[in-house]
Amino acid sequence: MDLRVLYHPGVVVHGSRCDVKLPRRKPSPRRSAVRLVLLVVAAVALASCSSVLPQSSLNPKSVETQKIDELWRLVLGIATFIFVAVQLALVVSIVKWRSREGDDTEPRQIHGNTRLEIVWTLIPAVILAVVAVPTLRTLFELRAPAEGDVLRVKVTGHQWWWEFEYPDIVGPDGRPLVTANELHIPAGKTTELEMTSVDVIHSFWVPPLAGKRDLVPGRLTYLKLTPLESAAGEVIPGQCAEYCWLGHADMRFRVFVDAPADFDAWAAAQLEPAQVPTEGPAAAGFETFMGTCTACHQAKVANPDGTVEVVGTRIGPDLTHFGSRATLGAAILENTDEHLRAWIDDPSQLKAMAPELNDLQAGRVLGMPDYGLTPQQISELVALLQSWK
Amino acid sequence: MAVATTTAPTASTSGLWSWITTVDHKRIGIMYAVSAFVFFLVGGTEALLIRLQLATPNGTLLSADAYNQLFTMHGLTMVFAVIMPIAAAYQNYFVPLQIGARDVAFPRLNAFAFWLFLFSALFLYSSFVVGGAPDGAWVGYAPLSTQLKEFIRMDYYAIGAQLLGVASLAGSVNFIATIFTMRAPGMTLLRMPVFTWMTVVTSFLLLLSLPVIGVGLWQILFDRNFGTLFYAAQAQGDPLLWQHLFWIFGHPEVYVLILPAMGIVSEILPVFSRKPLFGYAFVVFSGIAIGFLGFGVWAHHMFTAGLGPVAEAGFGLATMLIAIPTGVKIFNWIGTTWGGKLRLTTAMLFSLGFIAMFVIGGLSGVTHSIVPADTQQHDSYYIVAHFHYVLFGGAVFGYMAGIYYWFPKWTGRFLDEKLGKVQFWITFVGFNLTFAPMHILGLDGMPRRTYRYPEGLGFEFWNLLATIGSFLIALGVLLLLINLVKSYRKGAPAPADPWDGRTLEWTTSSPPPVHNFDEIPVVHHVDDFWYRKYGVDEEGRAVRVPEVTGGTVEVEVGGEDHGEAGHDIHMPSPSYFPIIAAAGVVVIGAGLTFSSTPLVGFTLLGLGVIVTLWGLMGWAGEPITKEAH
Repeated sequence: MDLRVLYHPGVVVHGSRCDVKLPRRKPSPRRSAVRLVLLVVAAVALASCSSVLPQSSLNPKSVETQKIDELWRLVLGIATFIFVAVQLALVVSIVKWRSREGDDTEPRQIHGNTRLEIVWTLIPAVILAVVAVPTLRTLFELRAPAEGDVLRVKVTGHQWWWEFEYPDIVGPDGRPLVTANELHIPAGKTTELEMTSVDVIHSFWVPPLAGKRDLVPGRLTYLKLTPLESAAGEVIPGQCAEYCWLGHADMRFRVFVDAPADFDAWAAAQLEPAQVPTEGPAAAGFETFMGTCTACHQAKVANPDGTVEVVGTRIGPDLTHFGSRATLGAAILENTDEHLRAWIDDPSQLKAMAPELNDLQAGRVLGMPDYGLTPQQISELVALLQSWK
Repeated sequence: MAVATTTAPTASTSGLWSWITTVDHKRIGIMYAVSAFVFFLVGGTEALLIRLQLATPNGTLLSADAYNQLFTMHGLTMVFAVIMPIAAAYQNYFVPLQIGARDVAFPRLNAFAFWLFLFSALFLYSSFVVGGAPDGAWVGYAPLSTQLKEFIRMDYYAIGAQLLGVASLAGSVNFIATIFTMRAPGMTLLRMPVFTWMTVVTSFLLLLSLPVIGVGLWQILFDRNFGTLFYAAQAQGDPLLWQHLFWIFGHPEVYVLILPAMGIVSEILPVFSRKPLFGYAFVVFSGIAIGFLGFGVWAHHMFTAGLGPVAEAGFGLATMLIAIPTGVKIFNWIGTTWGGKLRLTTAMLFSLGFIAMFVIGGLSGVTHSIVPADTQQHDSYYIVAHFHYVLFGGAVFGYMAGIYYWFPKWTGRFLDEKLGKVQFWITFVGFNLTFAPMHILGLDGMPRRTYRYPEGLGFEFWNLLATIGSFLIALGVLLLLINLVKSYRKGAPAPADPWDGRTLEWTTSSPPPVHNFDEIPVVHHVDDFWYRKYGVDEEGRAVRVPEVTGGTVEVEVGGEDHGEAGHDIHMPSPSYFPIIAAAGVVVIGAGLTFSSTPLVGFTLLGLGVIVTLWGLMGWAGEPITKEAH
C-alpha cells in the first residue's frame, strides 16, 4: 500500500506536532529504501494528528492526559536510549566477534567480571528510581479526589451501552438529567465520573481525555477528566476496553467537550420533557412506543394537557431526547432515519447481541430484540423518536 | 563397551504400544514436542483467521461469536498447549541428560503428566464440536465467565485449565525431585547447567502458583453449575477476587513460559561463542530473583480495576524491580558473546534474535509499571504487542533455537542449516511486521479483543501491515515443518557432540541409548564436558586437550559400581497404568460439564472414578522394574 494515499501531504493539520513535511525527492531506486523509512517516520509523526487519529492517547486533550503524556514521553525517551544502546552493543558484538574463515584461534575464556555485574545491576536501579519519582507523583495526583467546582456524572455500564446520569443537574420534577452513549462535559472544568456496572466488567476509555477505568459490578470507581479549554467544540470517540462478550467491539461512546455556555444550554434542553405528539405519523408512533418500547425504555413526556410524567422502564437507554443525539446503537451508527429504521427492524443485524437470552426477571439484558413491527409502525416510531430533539 | 539394559521381557521398543506404555523420559519428551508442535499449528491457524478478520475495517470473515471463540482458544492453546508443553519437552528430554541421570525420579508420574496434558487439551478442543469453544478470553474474567449458564463453553475452560494445571503440577513435582536427588556425583547445584536451573525455578513457580488458580477455577465451575455466588456482585460476591487469584497464578506463569527459553539461550550462547557463560552465578541468581519477584507483581494486571493509589504504587514499584534481574541477564548474554568466536548457526541466530526481541518486550514491560501510562496501555493492542514480544520474540524464538540446537541429539541428524537460516530471517521479519505496529495501534486507541473496528480511527494501515506480517510468520513455520520432516528422514548424520558442546547431554550418543549413559559421569566443573576437551593456555585461550578426540569421548568412571555386574542397568518397565489414570481423570472432568443432564454427568463421573482408580491401583501395585526372569 502506498503510504501517500493514506497520509497525503495535503492533509495539513495545524498544531505543534502536526507540521510534518514529507520528503519530496525524485524517486530513485538507490534512495527508495531511505525514502520508505522516511515515509514511515513521517506517517507515524502525521499519525499523531487528531484529525487522523481521533481516539489516540498520543493527542492529550485534558489536564490529566497531558500529565500522563509527559510521563510517557520521559519513559519513552529513556527506553529508546536503552533500546539503542543494548541493540548497538549486540550488533557490534556480532559483527566484531563473529568467526571468520581461516581463523582457528580460540577466544579467551572469560568467566565474568564482578565489578561489571555490580555496575550493570546498579545502573538500571538508578534509572528506575529516577522514573519512579514522577510516576508516583503523577499517580497520586490523578487518583486524588476531585475538589472544588466539580461536575459529577454517574456512569453505568450495560451490555452493550453506556448510561450517563448527572445527579446535580435536576429538573423541577426532581428527576436528574439522564442520557446514553453521548457524554457532554464542559471544557476547562473537572468532571468526576462515578462508575459501576449492572452486569459484567466494562472499562471506560476515551484516550485523549483520560486513561481507562473499569466499571465493576458491586463497586464504585472514579475517574477525573478536565478537558482543556482549547478542546471546546470537539467530539471525541471512546469505547469499552474490557472484554464484555458479543457487543464489546460495538460498545462505543462519544464525549462532547462543550464550551461552558453550550454545555449549560444543552443541559437545560435535556431537562425538558419530550412532547407527546397529537397528530401525524408521530402520534401513531407514540401508540407503538407506549405499547412496545416502554417495556425497556423510559422517556419523560409532556402530555397535551400540560402534565409531565415519566413513562416506561429504565432497562435500556432513556429516549427522551433521542432525536438530539448524533449516534445510535452505542455510537456505532450516525443517527439517521434510515439507520434508525434498520435498527428497530432487527437490531442484531447491525450489532452482535443475544436478545434471545434476555431474562428480565433475573436482570439479564443482552440486547434489544426484534419485535416484528410492520414497516409502517417502524416509520411512525422513527418519526416520533426523531421529533424528540 | 557392552552394556545390557534390562526392561520387562515383553516390552517392545517400537510400535504404537511402546509409545503408549513408555516411561522413558526421552520418549515422553518427544511426545510433548510433537503434541506442542501440532497445537502450535492449530493455534497459529486461529491467529491467521484473527488477522484476516482484522486486515480491513469492519471485517466480515468472522462473526463476533466465532472471533471470541478463536481469540480465547488462541490464547489458551499457545499458553497451555504450546509453550508450556514445548518447555516440558525440552525439560523431560534434557534435564536427566544434563544432570547425568538415567531417568526422572517418577517415570510413571511423568507419563501420567504427559497423557493428562494431551487428553485435557483434546478435551478443551472437543468443545468446538459440542456447542462452541470457550469465549470468555484466556483470563476468564468473572462475572462474564459465570454469566451465561445456558452455554457450557466456560465449563470447558474451567475444567480444561484445571486438568492442564494438574498435569503441570505432576510434572513440576517430578522435576524438583529429579534435580534435587538424581544429579551425577560431583554436580553441585552451582555446577548445574543454566537450563536445568531454570527448570528448578519454573517448577517451583508452578508448584506454588497453580493451586491458587485451581481454587479460582473451582469457584467459577461452582458459580456456573451449583448456585454458589463467589463472584456474583448482586450477592456481595467479588468479581475482583477472580482477578487476584488468576494473576497470582498468571504472572508467575509468564515466567514459567519465558525462563526455560532463557535457559536454552544461556546454553546455546556459550557453545557458539566458544566461551563460558559470562557471570554464570549472576545469571542463575537473577533467574531465581525473577521467580521470587514474579509472585509480587500480579496486580500490575489490574491497574485500571480501582485498587487505589497505594496498592497501585506498590505493585508499580515491584514491577520496576523485575527489570533489574532481567537486565542483568541480557547484559550477561551480550557479555558472553563479547570477545568470543561467534558461529552464526541457526540456533545462534535464534538466540541472538531472542535477545534483541526480548529487550523490546522487556522495555515495553517497564512502561507498564509507570501506572498512569499503563492506564492508556492496558487492554489495548500495545499490551498485545508487548506480550508477543516476550512470548514469541522471546519464548518461541528461544524454543526454536532449542530445536536447531538439540535436534541432532534427538534424532542423530542435523536440521538443514541453509533452510534454517532462511526460516530465521523470514520469521524475524514477519514477527516484527506483525507485532511492532500493534504498539502504535494500542497507543492510538485500539482496544484488544474487538472483532471489528470502524473506519476513520487511523487503524487501517497498521492492521493491514500486521496481517501481512502474520502470513510471513506462517511461511516461516511452514519452512520449519518442512525442515523437520526432511531432516528427520535424510538429514546429515550427527555425531554425539556435533556443536563441540559443554554439557553432559553431548557425552552420550545421538540419539542417546535408553539408559542415557553407559557409565554415570563424575562432574568436577560447571560445563564439565568442555573441560574434558579443553584447557587454557597462559593467555587464557582455550586449548584442546590432546588425548580426547571429538565425538567419541571416553567417560571417566569415578570408581563406582553401577548394577550388579557393573554393566547391568535396570530401567523402569513400561506401564499402561499412567495413561489409564489420565484418561479416567479427564472423563471425570467431562462428567462435570453435564450438570444440566445429571444422568449423563453422573455416569461419566462414576466411569471416570472407576477408571482412575483402576489406573492408580494398578500403578501402585506394579513393581517399577519387572525382573527379566
